[in-house]
Amino acid sequence: MKNTLMNNVATLFATAALAVSSVMLPSIASATDAVIDNAPQVSTLRGVAPLNAEVTPPIIEKVENNDLKRQRDYPQQPPTIPHDISKYQLDKNFNKCMDCHSRKLADEAQAPAVSVTHYMNRDGEFLGEVSPRRYFCTQCHVHQLEGEPLVENTFTDVDELIKQSIARDKK
Amino acid sequence: MKLTRRDVIKAQAAATAAAVAGISLPASASNVITSSAANKLTWSKAPCRFCGTGCGISVATKDGKVVATHGDVKAPVNKGLSCVKGYFLSKIMYGKDRITTPMLRKTDGVYDKEGEFTPVSWNEAFDIMEQKFKKVLKEKGPEGISMFGSGQWTVHEGYAAVKLMKAGFLSNNIDPNARHCMASAVGGFMRTFGIDEPMGCYDDMEAADAFVLWGSNMAEMHPILWTRIADRRLSNPHVKVAVLSTFEHRSFDLADIPAVFTPQTDMVLLNAIANYIIESGSVNHDFINKHVNFREGVIDIGYGLRPTHELQMKAKNPNSGKSSPIDLDAFAKFVKSYTFEYAEEMSGVPAKTIEKIAKLYADPKVKVMSLWTMGVNQHTRGVWTNNLLYNIHLLTGKIAEPGNSPFSLTGQPSACGTAREVGTFSHRLPADMVVKNPKHRALSEKLWKIPAGILNGKPGSHAVKQIRDLKDSKINVCWNQVNNNVQAGANINEEILPGYRNPDNFIITSDAYPTVTAEASDLILPSAMWVEKEGAYGNAERRTQAWYQLVNAPGDARSDLWQLVEFSKRFTTEEVWPAKVLAENPEYKGKTLYEVLFKNGQVDKFPLSQISPDYENQESKEHGFYLQKGLFEEYASFGRDHGHDLADYDTYHKVRGLRWPVVNGVETKWRFKEGSDPYVKEGTGWQFYGKKDNKAIIFALPYEPPAEVPDEEFDMWLSTGRVLEHWHSGSMTQRVPELYKAVPNALCYMNPEDAKKRGMRRGDEVKVISRRGEIRTRIETRGRNKPPIGLVFVPWFDASQLINKVTLDATDPLSKQTDYKKCAVKIEKV
Repeated sequence: MKNTLMNNVATLFATAALAVSSVMLPSIASATDAVIDNAPQVSTLRGVAPLNAEVTPPIIEKVENNDLKRQRDYPQQPPTIPHDISKYQLDKNFNKCMDCHSRKLADEAQAPAVSVTHYMNRDGEFLGEVSPRRYFCTQCHVHQLEGEPLVENTFTDVDELIKQSIARDKK
Repeated sequence: MKLTRRDVIKAQAAATAAAVAGISLPASASNVITSSAANKLTWSKAPCRFCGTGCGISVATKDGKVVATHGDVKAPVNKGLSCVKGYFLSKIMYGKDRITTPMLRKTDGVYDKEGEFTPVSWNEAFDIMEQKFKKVLKEKGPEGISMFGSGQWTVHEGYAAVKLMKAGFLSNNIDPNARHCMASAVGGFMRTFGIDEPMGCYDDMEAADAFVLWGSNMAEMHPILWTRIADRRLSNPHVKVAVLSTFEHRSFDLADIPAVFTPQTDMVLLNAIANYIIESGSVNHDFINKHVNFREGVIDIGYGLRPTHELQMKAKNPNSGKSSPIDLDAFAKFVKSYTFEYAEEMSGVPAKTIEKIAKLYADPKVKVMSLWTMGVNQHTRGVWTNNLLYNIHLLTGKIAEPGNSPFSLTGQPSACGTAREVGTFSHRLPADMVVKNPKHRALSEKLWKIPAGILNGKPGSHAVKQIRDLKDSKINVCWNQVNNNVQAGANINEEILPGYRNPDNFIITSDAYPTVTAEASDLILPSAMWVEKEGAYGNAERRTQAWYQLVNAPGDARSDLWQLVEFSKRFTTEEVWPAKVLAENPEYKGKTLYEVLFKNGQVDKFPLSQISPDYENQESKEHGFYLQKGLFEEYASFGRDHGHDLADYDTYHKVRGLRWPVVNGVETKWRFKEGSDPYVKEGTGWQFYGKKDNKAIIFALPYEPPAEVPDEEFDMWLSTGRVLEHWHSGSMTQRVPELYKAVPNALCYMNPEDAKKRGMRRGDEVKVISRRGEIRTRIETRGRNKPPIGLVFVPWFDASQLINKVTLDATDPLSKQTDYKKCAVKIEKV
């Protein structure tokens, strides 16, 4: 930590020196401002890195690649992708995802076939094949990396609310 | 032990076997709830909280919580689709670290700029704000205070803010973060057409034969509009898509004509296309004779840097937007040197490719839609480049009719509806009016029912200037709402942090989450967000969309609207208006700003009985009148009968938005075109009525180099931007686990050859260093972005890697919008 602080001060001075060459500096923040030189007090996403310092970034995590279906937060949520798609071709010439997720191939791959909504055009009519508006799968479906979220989310599953509602009625 | 799919299938097989063996469950343990009361969800509509596309969202609530969100099937914008961010809107309000109480930096119980954030009451928070505002107003006058807002303010919030600042405090130091986003687009519209916002609409996407993306990555930044273009292209093989950018990205996956150009040379390409249109005899003479004027702009206009900056002092005509009339022949002569060969040499795009793109514009049979956003707007010649884009559509008459459409996309959900239409910029008033124009001020004074002559006619400090003024102690109190400028503003080290931490200054930040901006501030105010309040947004196709308050905000969090209106009660006219004005207008004496601005007989005109009985409305109930309706109707009076007509407020709660001008209840799809726009007279064909003679302007403007280019030491271009999975600075989306786990951190996207040359591999820790600052990140040589040799891309959503410490605060000299797309950096292995 001490090392980081020393680096900060050095960086700040170096920056100030550079800046002077082209920019007038009528006033400058105190070089020992506790707010930006110490670990943040409230800024959760910043971790322990002071606003004035840059620290070693986390490693690039691996993609979760176990093919296990994940629970959805609600029925309308697009399922996240439980495998690695980094080498997939997904352009106007070819859609690799549909090699397993199309209606005709899902049995062979034992992959979930795309849902019925994917056959609907803008006017809500069902087409014979997947609608071109749904062609680029990654606009809604994303992979998940290993590693945990920085901030917990307290979203309540509707199932929990239904249970509470029934319990209230019983009382 | 890690489970695999095989393990799960085995376990399921065992369970199935048990079931087959005849073990049945008692009825009381039924696993499906069928009781209709418990099962019921309330579905309501709201526009999406994120980008300028303005998708309609269906929001399910139950027992005071949002439990599901998906694309609204009835919304014309998205017809049931939503991008991954939109699908996860249901979780943005539920990050565990929501701010639920005001917090003031204190030591030993008193305010201290270097103290610890300590929870305080709203009363104590307003007390210290009042004290600081009054002290600065007394010492420095209205120039000493500022407000930095947003294109994510609701229409009501932006309107209340601009009214409080301009009509209340008589200060024009109010600007939105839309300055960083859309100011060059506004400048382009005002210069070419004399009236802001696109003439076309999203319906153009189902009518065009060709799409040309100028620096835009719609596949990630406007994903649902991209579904409309993908639908059109893939359903109709004759349709062509050209994608131009400084690096290859996801939009290239649909491109028939891909083109990677050297930063800033979009200007050369556009002039080369204009030249081709002329030389190939493709000018629509009938159209330009009737509807177009030609002008030549002043050149060498500087880079929007501090006036003391070397580059600024070298410029011959710093910040000049002047121009003089010319004709088609002079314009033809002007662009003659922009041959395909010259354009290839400058841009790196093969002449043959440029010709293919030029032909899309030149061929009268091809309906062409141009699309652009930050690539063109965040540009030190952003206004000019907007002008050059309109040039090629005007030369060919391909404008304001289905499929022929120069379309300036918008970044934020209400950059159009709030920042631009309401006029929350330092130089603007509602409905395209400006503070400099005495007639506009007089009209505003009349509509606002404030004394004649009271409004301040001097434009205030824009976004970048506000930051410089804070550092220079010219502004001493600044209130931020709905933005994260310590992450989003350029040159954080040299300009932003010194201003925030300047001991002379008091910084207030209203937010739902503790951002780095909140961290660098002195007082944090907890804000209600999205459907925790009633509001309205206006999207890129002029569509105004309203929503109700669907749930309550947590703890003491209150909407920005409530905060603004409450704070106005703290000031009397005697404290903020000149004594002379009050002596001449004694009826305003002894009144609070709340009484003068909000309880003024107009804003408080609509009783509580008019709010929806089905929804909560926290602010209205507290103030005793339908606050949102009153604000909207007063605001709408600025634009009705002036080409900016809005429908009555109640209508917007019933419909999925309407595109203004809304005349006699009918929206307008294509402006300036006879038969579609009610303001255009019969027999004229087109009328560009933003200009007095109804003619749009084609501007002769040259290529000028960017403010900073790579050299021997800083040898790479840096471009910054967004990613699909995160909205702006990530303050909402980084708190949604699925979005965080999709893209947790920023990365430095680099060409594999550049990495190899530096002995770097994917995943290596590196420093990205400019003359102004540095960050630490990791190298990515694969994935969705494929930069050319000599350019790196780093997104800015990651609060733990503040890339704007590295960027340059050079702006377009006319629009004052920052260029986040190009500066010089070097990459070093750590």
